[in-house]
Amino acid sequence: MGEFFGGTAGQPAAFMTARVPSFTDFLAGYAPDMLPVGFRGRDLPAGDGASNEVIKNLPHATTIVAVICERGVVMAGDRRATSGNMISKRDAEKVYRSDEFSAMAIAGVFAIGLEFVRLFQVELEHYEKMEGRALSLEGKANRLAKMVRDNLGPAMQGLAVVPLFTGYDEETGIGRIFSYDVAGGPYEEHRYYSIGSGSIFAKGSLKKLYRDDMSLQDAVLACVQALYDAADDDSATGGPDLTRQLFPIIATITDDGFRRLPDSESAEYAQQVVSERMQSPDGPNAPLRTAS
Amino acid sequence: MPFYVSPEQQMRDKSDYARKGVGRSRSSVVLQYAGGILLATPNASTVLHKISEIYDRIAFAAVGRYNEYEVLRKAGVTYADLTGYSFDRGDVTARGLANWYAQQLGTSFTESMKPYEVEIVVAEVGARPDDDQIYRISWDGSVSDEPGFVAFGGQADQVSAALKEAFSDNMSLTEALGAALTALTAPAAAPAAAAGTAAATSTAANGAPAELTAAQLEVAILDRARAHRTFRRLQGPRLEELLAESRSAAAAAEPAPAAAETTPAPGSAPASDDPPTGPTAGNDGIPRPPKAK
Repeated sequence: MGEFFGGTAGQPAAFMTARVPSFTDFLAGYAPDMLPVGFRGRDLPAGDGASNEVIKNLPHATTIVAVICERGVVMAGDRRATSGNMISKRDAEKVYRSDEFSAMAIAGVFAIGLEFVRLFQVELEHYEKMEGRALSLEGKANRLAKMVRDNLGPAMQGLAVVPLFTGYDEETGIGRIFSYDVAGGPYEEHRYYSIGSGSIFAKGSLKKLYRDDMSLQDAVLACVQALYDAADDDSATGGPDLTRQLFPIIATITDDGFRRLPDSESAEYAQQVVSERMQSPDGPNAPLRTAS
Repeated sequence: MPFYVSPEQQMRDKSDYARKGVGRSRSSVVLQYAGGILLATPNASTVLHKISEIYDRIAFAAVGRYNEYEVLRKAGVTYADLTGYSFDRGDVTARGLANWYAQQLGTSFTESMKPYEVEIVVAEVGARPDDDQIYRISWDGSVSDEPGFVAFGGQADQVSAALKEAFSDNMSLTEALGAALTALTAPAAAPAAAAGTAAATSTAANGAPAELTAAQLEVAILDRARAHRTFRRLQGPRLEELLAESRSAAAAAEPAPAAAETTPAPGSAPASDDPPTGPTAGNDGIPRPPKAK
């Protein structure tokens, strides 16, 4: 750690000086070694065959889906983490509360994703306490974009993390989704979105399942259906694990704030989907022609 | 320096200077109740706070010069966030923070010309009332552990005496707010009772202390039952509701006004109506005549 008493006359300069109310910026000046790898402006060792093998075998987080609905937004993630062709975790959690009115989820290298989550949570809360008001939803999304961009160096060497950010916009009263790529962002998405290895299949599923002004319950069900479809076709995405009672992590962000569905509630949705798939393995059918 | 000033004299001068500065502010109270910790102070501003959140279970209350305690508050938030990020959220404690503040204030008091004109309280709500902690830290870095309740700033002695009367263990939130209001209005009630006139403008015709309205109060709680961040401001309709409840409860409990019971304090001036929070309020740094003890 840096000096507590950096200034003259014993003043704890770093703590007491006026600055932008960003925790990351404070750390960058005070204790840069506590920031995630790649934020410190130092290069990682150059990759060779052996290190590529190491990076490939780190646990990776996979599929996340998000759907905007009448009351806000729903975000859900499967429970699988993979190391190459191995399943490294069956009960992984990839959807997190970032503050009262927003949530973030991660796909990519798990360890770095977790650091992102921890730092982002403190970042939002720090601003809120310092300034006495919460950041705007755009402000939060921009802040996360900077974190993703700071990780560009490691991402180029295989340590990539791509988050998905969702929130309830208190000013306009709607749910919003922001996506990122390894170079930053944010890109605002409308209606629904998905990231991670199974995202192609999940998006295809949501394309047919999404309706405007869905109720919160319908949006949750659409998310669980989409995750099932992703798990059906992508080996890195886990479906509902009935034997171990492991079901998707589901979070809703509405005017009531962030709420993570309890496991029992998540189990009900998952079991409903599984029992329907017993009858029709490919899930609900979309009408072939648009009703006129 | 052209003249020799003894260290004793220097310290005493600094201490007197800081004490006068803090004495010009209006008192704040922090007290325990069954469901957590209540913090209350007269403050007409809704944006320049005297009470704030530091961390999940820790709150901060201050009196004195706004610019000085705002710097301390922000430093405390940074200290807490850094500690929680370095280790775990559960590893941030009021004791650690109080010691950190004591060190900062103590060092500053000894080494700089002008001492901080502030007094701060750091409170932490525990899982059970026995685990609650309240620390008071003065301008010179002295710390005290205040079990149950504390009144500080302004006419702290009077407010503290009144709060001691009104305080009991395991009060409800309504009762605790009633006790806080009784204590906060005690300095205004005392001269009115002594003079028996309406000379003190802040007292009502019957000699009872003027009631503080929701708009004149800043109230917050650390809610024991809440998960994660326990700090909540009570304001607007919610505070008005609670004030009405606590007043009707107080009226039912003792129908006769308690004016005769209040100890007369001759010579003590009624508290200034200016809250000390604004950058312009009472922050000119010019010492006024010391208040009578």
